[in-house]
Amino acid sequence: MKTTYLLGAIAAATMVAGAASAQATLEAVKARGELICGSNTGLTGFGAPDANGNWAGFDVDLCRAVAAAVLGDATKVKFVPTTGETRFTALQSGEVDVLIRNSTWTASRDSELALDFVAVNYYDGQGFMVKKDLGVSSAKELDGATVCIQTGTTTELNLADFFKQNNITYQPVTIADDAEGQRQYLAGACDAYTTDASGLAASRATLPDAENHIILPEIISKEPLGPVVRHGDNNWGDIVRWTYYSLLIAEEKGITKANVEEVAASTNDEEVKRLLGLSGEMAVKFGLDNDAFKRAILAGGNYGEIFAANIGEGTSINLARGLNALWTQGGLQYAPPFR
Amino acid sequence: MSEPSQTNFVRTQMLPPSPPPLREAGVVRWLRENLFSGWFNTILTLFGLVVIWLLVSSALPWWLNGVWTAGSLGECREIIAKTAGEGASGACWAVVRERWHQFIFGFYPVDLWWRPVLAFCLLFAAMGPVLFAGQKRKLLILLGAVVAMILILVTLAASAVPNEVPGQTDAPFVWKLALALSLLTIGAMMALTAAGSGKLLWFTGLYPALCFWLLWGGPIWVPLGALFGFVLLAVVYSSLLKRAGPGMAAGLGLIVALVWWLFIDAPVTVALNDAIPFGLTSVQSDEFGGFLLAITIGVTAITFSLPVGILLALGRQSDMLIVKTLCVGFIEFIRGVPLITLLFTASLLLQYFLPPGTNFDIILRVIILVTLFAAAYLAEVIRGGLAALPRGQYEAADALGLDYWQAQRFIILPQALKVSIPAIVSTFIGLFKDTTLVAFVGLMDPLKGVTQIVRADIDWKGIYWEPYIFVGAIFFVICFGMSRYSMYLERKLKTDHR
Repeated sequence: MKTTYLLGAIAAATMVAGAASAQATLEAVKARGELICGSNTGLTGFGAPDANGNWAGFDVDLCRAVAAAVLGDATKVKFVPTTGETRFTALQSGEVDVLIRNSTWTASRDSELALDFVAVNYYDGQGFMVKKDLGVSSAKELDGATVCIQTGTTTELNLADFFKQNNITYQPVTIADDAEGQRQYLAGACDAYTTDASGLAASRATLPDAENHIILPEIISKEPLGPVVRHGDNNWGDIVRWTYYSLLIAEEKGITKANVEEVAASTNDEEVKRLLGLSGEMAVKFGLDNDAFKRAILAGGNYGEIFAANIGEGTSINLARGLNALWTQGGLQYAPPFR
Repeated sequence: MSEPSQTNFVRTQMLPPSPPPLREAGVVRWLRENLFSGWFNTILTLFGLVVIWLLVSSALPWWLNGVWTAGSLGECREIIAKTAGEGASGACWAVVRERWHQFIFGFYPVDLWWRPVLAFCLLFAAMGPVLFAGQKRKLLILLGAVVAMILILVTLAASAVPNEVPGQTDAPFVWKLALALSLLTIGAMMALTAAGSGKLLWFTGLYPALCFWLLWGGPIWVPLGALFGFVLLAVVYSSLLKRAGPGMAAGLGLIVALVWWLFIDAPVTVALNDAIPFGLTSVQSDEFGGFLLAITIGVTAITFSLPVGILLALGRQSDMLIVKTLCVGFIEFIRGVPLITLLFTASLLLQYFLPPGTNFDIILRVIILVTLFAAAYLAEVIRGGLAALPRGQYEAADALGLDYWQAQRFIILPQALKVSIPAIVSTFIGLFKDTTLVAFVGLMDPLKGVTQIVRADIDWKGIYWEPYIFVGAIFFVICFGMSRYSMYLERKLKTDHR
């Protein structure tokens, strides 16, 4: 969005002046005794408060893991809901310590907005949902279709690119948010509804007649979503990045929330020992104590467990691991060696 | 002319009055006159009937099939399909039943609900002396209603606490104590009213501090310290009024109060709290949401924007160049900028200008900017009222030898404000509805913020109209109430004979 970039540019200009004070995120969090995590104002499966006001979701669990690593207590997180417009400025201005809010990693956000995307915790992509009786099996057959599309998002640009490249036409029906999109699509205002594939899956799961709707096979864009920190505080970025990688390594090595103590007692794997703080001083080099990454795993389990509990197969959203499987299982989730 | 040869029939008694022809009486006449008085109106009537029929026939089943008890939208649909047949549409009010507390209180801790509820009830007691000044009977009725409200609502709120809720609660006796004190206070107010004393405004003056304390909790010394600043201001003002004139006295009083608030207040408060720790469990701003948030922002902004708006309007009319320029600049700047921009400023940009590490409460920031926004609009509304007064009124005030402030207070403002009542209340209603815009800075307003988190729950994803209708109904009640009060006030203040 235009506003985002404008505010972001102002933010970036100010940040240059404030870079010296930005080194201290870790100290600030420790002094505060609380991690302030920028979260979504409500996205099914990824982050939303429940009926009692407790936050839960795929992104939320990563926040808790960071809090567990840094502060030793997964509950010491304050979630600040941010909208699409305010999220990056909230991070820039120091309102939040880290932004874990399904934000797409792009070049301009890295450079122009002076942000650091430290990892990709979910590989998403833009897809289409259509009614089965439309008789379409590929997005390329959508010539002349009306398409419901959220304004001011990267999905809008992707859609234009895709149709132009395939030399077909479409009628956009602009909508403000997911709820409206689902409504318009059901009411027949558009033939196809397009947004991130994870969002489509969640929407489809809640349709009254889910079996009459299909998600087309084409994924027309790359949407790598990941945690974001400010430029200029590399140590803090490293902490968030390696907290996330520790969850990946844990899955790779079969360490779960339930068996972490058992593994710690019996393992012969040197990397696992380093990860769990049994040998070496790895976590101390980040400015944390040696148990930090073990606590991160204990907070919500390893990456696979977090995925399965919030959005994976078996939940109502029922997303397959797909690109988000470990590299050993044909996915893209790959952590550098922990040494 | 000959005599008539035979006697014609002569009626000896009056005919009994016959009923008017069918087409000229009752419903038929009304219909003919109002709905079918010509071919064009007949067509319009028939068209209207068709539209109404279409609306009702499409919406009525949805209302009639409403489901109140279900755990998720899917369950709702199953129940509707079972009771009303496959493919029938129906409202799923279960979402309101399950989540109403988030629409009302946001994430405010359940065991502390009695506090916002009590603050809400006392709000009416505080507004009473202002709204019904000099109306003894009405005021008594209002205060009585507040007592009933407190007894019913606070008991309900207290009974909503599930016993197994762990964690920090205010000591259980606290709410009973607060309840008793509130009832005593209102009892005293009723007694004073009955005795004909008009001195109830002290409660109105105390209320903002009390409300702040009830809503946010924390040590009692914080609101007391803030109040003491106003006491200082009043003392300085009244002691200097004779010697220095109202403007100077108010200015000096303000300086003294500011010095107190900025430099002395905080350490004194801390010291007092160390010596005598007394307070309520504190509640963070991010736990506010729903109508609790909307009403907090709305009422505070309405209360403070009126005096600021009056001052700005007077400033704009002033002969003093600097005052006038500042007021015009402020009003035009604020009116030239959308409220959203100001909210973004409040939530994001202000943080840059504050020293690192300061934690300036987000709700407070939003309240300040919403107040300034409303004040600029009110200033223009009131300026309209001022402009409507004939020049003679100002000259009459001068002829009576009143000084500027006396003239404003006794002659100009009462008339100008009376003229502006409809527009002022319109501004207030608009302001209250605008509080929903805080959703854009990530606060949980009832319309978008709470609805979005409710929809983010996979159980309720896909629900659309029900939360909007629920929230809309509550907004309507509040705004309609404001509108009716303004009409009442207009009638009461009507002194002309047109």
